[in-house]
Amino acid sequence: MFGDYSLSDLGAIFAMQGFAGLILFSVYVLMALGLAIIFGQMGVINMAHGEFMILGAYVTWMTSSAFQQYLPSLFPGYFFIAMSLAFIASGALGMLVEWALIRHLYKRPLDTLLATWGLSLILQQAYRSVFGAREVGVELPEWMMGSKQVTDTIEVPINGIFVMGLTVLITLAVAYILVFSRWGKQVRAVVQNRVMAGAVGINTEKVDRYTFGLGCGIAGVAGSAFTMIGSTGPTAGQLYIVDTFLVVVFGGAASLVGTIASAFTISQAQSTMEFFLSGSMAKVLTLLAIVAILMMRPQGLFALKVRK
Amino acid sequence: MSDEKKPGLRSPFRRKLLMGMAALPAISMLPRTAFAEAPATSAVNTTGLAVTDSEVTVGILHSVTGTMAISETGSVEAEKLAIEQINAAGGVLGRKIKFIQEDGASDWPTFAEKAKKLLVNDKCAAVMGCWTSASRKAVLPVFEQYNGMLYYPTFYEGLEQSKNVIYTGQEATQQIIAGLDWVNKTKGAKTFYLLGSDYIWPRTSNKIARKHIEGHLQGAKVVGEEYFPLGHTQFNSVINKIKLTKPDVIYAIIVGGSNVAFYKQLKAAGIDLSKQTLLTISVTEDEIDGIGGENIAGAYACMKYFQSLDNPNNKAFVTAFKKMWGEKTVIGDVTQAAYLGPWLWKLTVEKAGSFDIDKVAAASPGVEFKGAPEGYVRVHENHHLWSKTRVGRAKTDGQYELIYETADLVEPDPFPKGYQ
Repeated sequence: MFGDYSLSDLGAIFAMQGFAGLILFSVYVLMALGLAIIFGQMGVINMAHGEFMILGAYVTWMTSSAFQQYLPSLFPGYFFIAMSLAFIASGALGMLVEWALIRHLYKRPLDTLLATWGLSLILQQAYRSVFGAREVGVELPEWMMGSKQVTDTIEVPINGIFVMGLTVLITLAVAYILVFSRWGKQVRAVVQNRVMAGAVGINTEKVDRYTFGLGCGIAGVAGSAFTMIGSTGPTAGQLYIVDTFLVVVFGGAASLVGTIASAFTISQAQSTMEFFLSGSMAKVLTLLAIVAILMMRPQGLFALKVRK
Repeated sequence: MSDEKKPGLRSPFRRKLLMGMAALPAISMLPRTAFAEAPATSAVNTTGLAVTDSEVTVGILHSVTGTMAISETGSVEAEKLAIEQINAAGGVLGRKIKFIQEDGASDWPTFAEKAKKLLVNDKCAAVMGCWTSASRKAVLPVFEQYNGMLYYPTFYEGLEQSKNVIYTGQEATQQIIAGLDWVNKTKGAKTFYLLGSDYIWPRTSNKIARKHIEGHLQGAKVVGEEYFPLGHTQFNSVINKIKLTKPDVIYAIIVGGSNVAFYKQLKAAGIDLSKQTLLTISVTEDEIDGIGGENIAGAYACMKYFQSLDNPNNKAFVTAFKKMWGEKTVIGDVTQAAYLGPWLWKLTVEKAGSFDIDKVAAASPGVEFKGAPEGYVRVHENHHLWSKTRVGRAKTDGQYELIYETADLVEPDPFPKGYQ
């Protein structure tokens, strides 16, 4: 298929293709980070993860509309405020959900699957009732659109760079919080042995609530960022949920490094195959490969070595 | 409260009221005199449909919950508007239309179940409904078994014809061939890159497009053809492939949430639609609402209706629609086709002089609707519509600007020879 193209053309395409893979990688990491915290650290199977993302997207949409109407001069910078608001909104809803629903189910992790699935349906209908069944279009400031010309033939999309930067930032923050901060240690202590953690004076309820809130908040930020590349509608969250679980499970549920490694593997495989095959075939092959690997390594790529 | 305080019949007001009420039976006779020409129910309804002397019941069957609610909302709105207008104009054979709305919930078995309910329990004289081909295929056996009448609004892949269905949208050849001819003639397009979501409508449509490009356009060829799972959100790889092959035309039949992702990423990747020709048959004004006008401006769409069409019918329709559903709502091709459903049914019933399904089905061919927002339409022998095909160009405000329309009505051909 490359017979007709010059070498520089090919070089440029491969560079852009590599970049496309990196963007996909960032998108996967951003989608999966919140779930990695909730599912990986707390063991809660949160089927409503996509809906928390879409809440972030709707908050972004509302912020953008508000800025257009009342503060058009500040519109170029609204996205940062929108992301913060998305984090707060999704995080707050997450804490509310944890308090009302999840905390009663810690001893029955499989039931969280059913409960959060129900929650996702409720949220979808709530969005539909509040914002209408149609998709909404989030308007972006001019500087976030279009692409940057790197050389004559190589162009990279600006929103891709933005997503990558955001992903790096959030990943570092989450890594710092979970691995190094005092609170992160408490989280891990609670996950490993709830009773013992309580006995040494950790307020386990508070830790649970904030951890769940943090995971949902990050989902909100991801949803906010995805308004740049995807759609915002009541059921748009469903588009992400499968890929998100795939990344987290494949990486090894309890490992943050695993999540990143698995996002990298899946995204590169997907985008390379998509280039040589068609979109549907690429997806089929990726899923088949993941099934095969998970059959050999049910615990995922990276598993914590814990004595059972 | 004591008994003495109760005025009872002794109150002069109460007495007057009662005297007034004596006149009520006379009032109930009024409609009959007002619609003196309305024929007797026993004559126009011989099969036990839900038709009374003053009312006729129809069904509305769309998804108002689930994934498809995004698309089907507009159809529901258009059908309700049409019904309201018909009632305001005196109804059908002197009877007001009453509608029963059921929710298909984006789930095909649910569609079949609700269709059965509308036909068997509610005895609906007609049903306006369905959107996806999958839902239509699910209800088709129900309509055929219980002998119902379905008005189906969506442009679709063709390869179907039923006594019990009137297809008010375009079938694939009507929508595709004129557009390809136009782009070939005016843009001199020779190379085409076909894209689609991975299900029956885009695949069948692209098959017809490929046959037409390779068989009927001089020197034209297809340089790529690709499908993506429904809900796919990452298009960077295929966009790179498009950049590499540099086709004259990107022919896109991507639907749903994927649409938004595709056009946003196309724009982000620096493909300028004012220079790169893109022709789509799946993006109506409804979809642009979600995509954002600035992301798709410059793209061409080929269908039969645009909200911006400049004719008196359409102006009245758009005004009425916005008055009923809000200033901000937009009207796409399918919404307009859904609006045709109740009107065509009314005209057919009046032509047949009966609500009976068999008579309506038999009377359908040749029914003309001169008040259609898209302009004149006529029902073909095969229960599809003769309609014009138009090409529009998307503007940043989310509307299409009409660029081209076929001189004559295009004949519907659901089983095109040489295209299968």
